[in-house]
Amino acid sequence: MKHIIVALVQNQPGVLQRVASMFSRRGFNIESLAVGHTDTTKISRMTIVVDGSNTVVEQVTKQLYKLIDVLKVSDVTHDRRVDRELALIKVAATGATRGEISQIAELFRAKIVDVAHDAVIVEVTGEEEKIDALVGLLRPFGIKEMVRTGTVSMVRGSAITAKEQPEEEVA
Amino acid sequence: MSQRLNGAQILCECLLREGVEIMFGMPGGAVIPFYNTLLDYPIKHVLCRHEQGAAHMADGYARATGKVGVCIGTSGPGATNMVTGIATAMMDSVPMVAITGQVPTYAIGKDFFQETDTFGITMPITKHNYLVMNVKDLARIVKEAFYIARTGRPGPVVIDIPKDIFTSETEFVYPEKVNLPGYRPHYHGHIRQIRQAAKLLDESKKPIILAGHGVILSGAYDELRALAEKADIPVITTLLGISCFPESHPLSFGFLGMHGTYYANMAVCECDCILAVGMRMDDRVTGRLKDFAPNAKVIHIDIDPAELGKNVPAAVPIVGDAKQVLSVLVNEVQPNSHRDWIEHLNALRIQHPSLALPETEELTTPYTIRKIYEVTNGEAILVTDVGQAQMFAAQHYWYDKRNSHITSGGLGPMGYALPASIGVQFGRPNELVFCVTGDGGFQMTMEELAVIVEERLPIKIALFNNGYLGMVRQWQQLFHQRRYSAVKMWNPDFVKLAEAYSIPGIRVTEKGGVEEALRKAVETPGPVLLDIWVTPEECVWPMVPPGASLQETIEREEDYRPVPAHKMATVGSTGGV
Repeated sequence: MKHIIVALVQNQPGVLQRVASMFSRRGFNIESLAVGHTDTTKISRMTIVVDGSNTVVEQVTKQLYKLIDVLKVSDVTHDRRVDRELALIKVAATGATRGEISQIAELFRAKIVDVAHDAVIVEVTGEEEKIDALVGLLRPFGIKEMVRTGTVSMVRGSAITAKEQPEEEVA
Repeated sequence: MSQRLNGAQILCECLLREGVEIMFGMPGGAVIPFYNTLLDYPIKHVLCRHEQGAAHMADGYARATGKVGVCIGTSGPGATNMVTGIATAMMDSVPMVAITGQVPTYAIGKDFFQETDTFGITMPITKHNYLVMNVKDLARIVKEAFYIARTGRPGPVVIDIPKDIFTSETEFVYPEKVNLPGYRPHYHGHIRQIRQAAKLLDESKKPIILAGHGVILSGAYDELRALAEKADIPVITTLLGISCFPESHPLSFGFLGMHGTYYANMAVCECDCILAVGMRMDDRVTGRLKDFAPNAKVIHIDIDPAELGKNVPAAVPIVGDAKQVLSVLVNEVQPNSHRDWIEHLNALRIQHPSLALPETEELTTPYTIRKIYEVTNGEAILVTDVGQAQMFAAQHYWYDKRNSHITSGGLGPMGYALPASIGVQFGRPNELVFCVTGDGGFQMTMEELAVIVEERLPIKIALFNNGYLGMVRQWQQLFHQRRYSAVKMWNPDFVKLAEAYSIPGIRVTEKGGVEEALRKAVETPGPVLLDIWVTPEECVWPMVPPGASLQETIEREEDYRPVPAHKMATVGSTGGV
């Protein structure tokens, strides 16, 4: 099954390569990986969607922890949480179809962020399934280009998904 | 109080502060500034003849002493040549710091002469690695590298240093402490888990201990022995665990796995509880995983949490250092007696004498290994290569002395033994070092003979010469109907070769000549090469065929039924390599 793993990493050169290289070397499948810095530029947060059994995901977590730059790993699959993904979809649009595309976008609370004489760019945010559904409806018009960010996740409520432990010096 | 130093000086200052007395390497364009500075520092440098040799030397030194082994090479080919040695250290948890030169920072990415992406190449084969882009970071990085290499589960750390970093200056301040918030090795096992382990052991009727390299790395010899004796549990080691427990001890049952003893493998199949200490359930140990120890509850102690449950599920996983955990566990277990179980295993040992020497007048490797044991009174350190000679040496020498068996287990790089024995001899200068190798492996790194002579190292080289890549030949004989493909070798005259290096060479061609030749080798001061012409088509027995379970251990050649050709496709596809 799909697991959502949140990892806090030190923003060192090569850290993304370390994580990606570990996944490929150990034969784990990444469905998506989204990375950006947190409230401090020193620490990045990765949301990794992995397909695998509980045993596999336990290994993924442990192997991530072995990387020196990884501070904290949480499997949030079973937590109440907010998942979001952003997509930009360039759809073929003529004068005749632009209105219909605009209506579909509105239903999904998506925005048209660019209009050209033969295409529009739709921007949509939501859970993966919502974006899949919108893409399905837009496909008949002709999707010229699409980019998706991959899922980012945060646990609901005041609980903190992943916060680095206080810095502590060791000998 | 800080002083202004350049990168080369900072590196040397850091190495001194980390207690480095010796390093193994070879200069080249990118590290020339470092070598220039090294002349001013009291650090011994051993000039390898190939950087793979330098990495294996550092590895051997580290395994023999427990200290961090240090090797150095230049950018590009210097670094890529070291890759095999670094990967070896990674697989076997050997503390090592490998320093590589790099093209100047301004040239990185421009495909300069001798540029390669060492940082990228070594990322998956190191515990951690660094590319130094600012001389101000150098001291901190070296401090961190040594700390990471030697703590937790040890391993290699690469520091890639561009040439201009060696020549740039900065204020030198050696950090007092490291700050690595993402790295916190856990040494003390959880007491609740340890008590649960004790309970399982107390209740067990047929327990065994599987002791691995972790026992040696953490120096848990006394704790292991105390536990085994108090709870009366047979001890079986992994290949890398050999010499962590005296093999003449009545509770010792040899090593397990593909070429382990029959009774060790059967003990695993029959036992009801396994205490696995500092080992990682490698496929060479477990055989076919789904049939591994079918009746056993597994207690698994390892300092690396990722090893627990990776291959074999653990009923009681304990994250911690072997020495620390065993010292607590030994007080938690009840004194016990498992006489029936041990008598059963002893009966197996008598009925299935896996280590009986072949009854033949031919000159065999097992016979010679046993003679090495006799001639050296078991006092030698055996540094072994990869393949048949390695397995025979693991089987037929009895390791009572602590940490007296040094071999590469995980990666299996042929050519390991000769350079590693150089590192071992530097680490333990007053002990007798035997390099046990084959004609195949020896020819992969024999250029390091020059180092043995140059550094006056009294290493005795036992070269088992059968004119074949023996282990591959064995597989082709057993699993491919003797269709020998690319295993027969023309060899040079190894005695003349040794003499060309001014090393005395002794050729042994008959069983009757073995003992005398060995005595002569041991009595001769300095290095000696023994070119031992063993019978060409020996096989290592017992053997668990690739993909089979330990239950299917084949004891002798006579018991082996060749796999029919049409079923060959299944050998290997069932998980065997």
